[in-house]
Amino acid sequence: MVSDQRGVGCAGDTGFGGGMQNLIEIKGVKHAYQTDAGPLPVLDGLEISVPEGGFVAVVGPSGCGKSTLTRLIAGLMKPDEGEVWLHGEKVKGPRSTVGMAFQNPVLLEWRTILKNVLLPLEIVPSKLSRKQAEDRARFLLSLVGLEGFEDKRPSELSGGMRQRASLCRALIHQPDVLILDEPFGALDAFTREDLWQTMHRVKEREPFTGVLITHDLRESIFLADQVVVLSGRPARTQYVLDVPSSGPRTLEDLYTAVAAEQLNILRHQIQIAQGRSTAGEGAA
Amino acid sequence: MNKHIRAFVVPVIAVVVFLAFWEWLVWFNGWPRFKMAAPSDLPPAFERHWPLFLSMGWQTLWRTVVGLFLAVLFGTLLGMIMGFSRTMRDALYPLLVGFNAIPKATVVPIVALMFVGQHDFNTVLLAFMISFFPIAVSVSIGLSTLEPEYRDILRSLGASQATIFWKIALPKTLPEFFGALKVAVTLAFIGTNLMEIVSPHGRGLGALFDSGRTNSDFPLMFAVLIALAFLGIVLYYIVVALEKIFAGWAERAPG
Repeated sequence: MVSDQRGVGCAGDTGFGGGMQNLIEIKGVKHAYQTDAGPLPVLDGLEISVPEGGFVAVVGPSGCGKSTLTRLIAGLMKPDEGEVWLHGEKVKGPRSTVGMAFQNPVLLEWRTILKNVLLPLEIVPSKLSRKQAEDRARFLLSLVGLEGFEDKRPSELSGGMRQRASLCRALIHQPDVLILDEPFGALDAFTREDLWQTMHRVKEREPFTGVLITHDLRESIFLADQVVVLSGRPARTQYVLDVPSSGPRTLEDLYTAVAAEQLNILRHQIQIAQGRSTAGEGAA
Repeated sequence: MNKHIRAFVVPVIAVVVFLAFWEWLVWFNGWPRFKMAAPSDLPPAFERHWPLFLSMGWQTLWRTVVGLFLAVLFGTLLGMIMGFSRTMRDALYPLLVGFNAIPKATVVPIVALMFVGQHDFNTVLLAFMISFFPIAVSVSIGLSTLEPEYRDILRSLGASQATIFWKIALPKTLPEFFGALKVAVTLAFIGTNLMEIVSPHGRGLGALFDSGRTNSDFPLMFAVLIALAFLGIVLYYIVVALEKIFAGWAERAPG
């Protein structure tokens, strides 16, 4: 029932398809964790929608429930209130049309890079033959610049390379939703910028609808079409910024007046979210 | 010096120096054979009792291996139960720690009395009892400390708990498991010998050792120790070889 819809609208349209239904729809989601000191609300009335092929970045103060959000979209947990819809279907549990990558690349040390990338296909039913699957894995690895590392073990790769491999694993089963939970957070600045560009290259060749959780405002406007700012805990949707330049960008685009203005707006919003803003401070 | 030659020659020289010192010590003090044995006494002792060494060595070996095998099965199962269920861990851990704290030498008379005459069973049981603990603990820790992201990667694709266990939890626990197995193999050996020596029943190297003790036959006693050390080393390196095969990936490449 799920796989029928796969790939329908993924054919290359990276812009916001006019009139198309939103692929990810988060409606009035509330969630609280049960702790010894009573319920701890983390999400409170969250509203996010991502159109087919869209790429939304979610930023907010630390501990505001961003990772909870990814687990909700992935169907790993259920919200106390509200609904998460994917492809016009309410999410009730994990779905194989989702790909995930975390800050920790969690590659399996006992497998080669190629075998690591192929892992999801051992779980998800796939029409690909063994040979086709391997070819696809090799293609993805070459797309992220890991050609020639197929037979290496994760321990032989640098942090950035492992994250690239993890990205390939998230994409191997052609998911239509890619959830990225601070995937570049642990990398050094140059490696991170490298991976940003890789992301644009990947999205051109392997279109997906993306949700990116990040702490890095520059990253959010470089990669996403839309940036959602969450308030401090419990998190609400506080502000939504539309990034004017959608599609592939260059690093130079980050050093324009427009980018500076956007970053300033976001920074100001984050300060509000952290509860330590005054109007004057943010605009400085 | 060549690296390989050094790796071989240095230990050999160390052993020779040690044996020479031992020989000298016995010679210098003029100890008779009923007081202490010198290395030169050992080959004749082996020669005199060679058939006994073979048959009793085999008895000790197979009972240790069977006990260890049961310990691996039971320890892994127990570790899985404790690793997956928080409640079971809370329930079983104190029992396990308490059981492990009992010196196993005190268990020998109980077991020997309970199962009178069933020497093979008794010995295997003791080897098992003494060696399952580290395996259970390491497996449970390995499973319970699995980072949630590892689970999520498969769970988000709809994988079952069993799949997650076979594909991720089990292989990820293997290095810890083999670390524990190296400890367990030595412990199982101690268990076998405890039963053979404390409750002698004429079987195993422990019995041979005991007969040497009754006669103050130091060369025989020392020969048994050497034989035990030999078996222990063989078992240990079998575990090391298995570890290389099944968990070799955990070894860091040199440099």
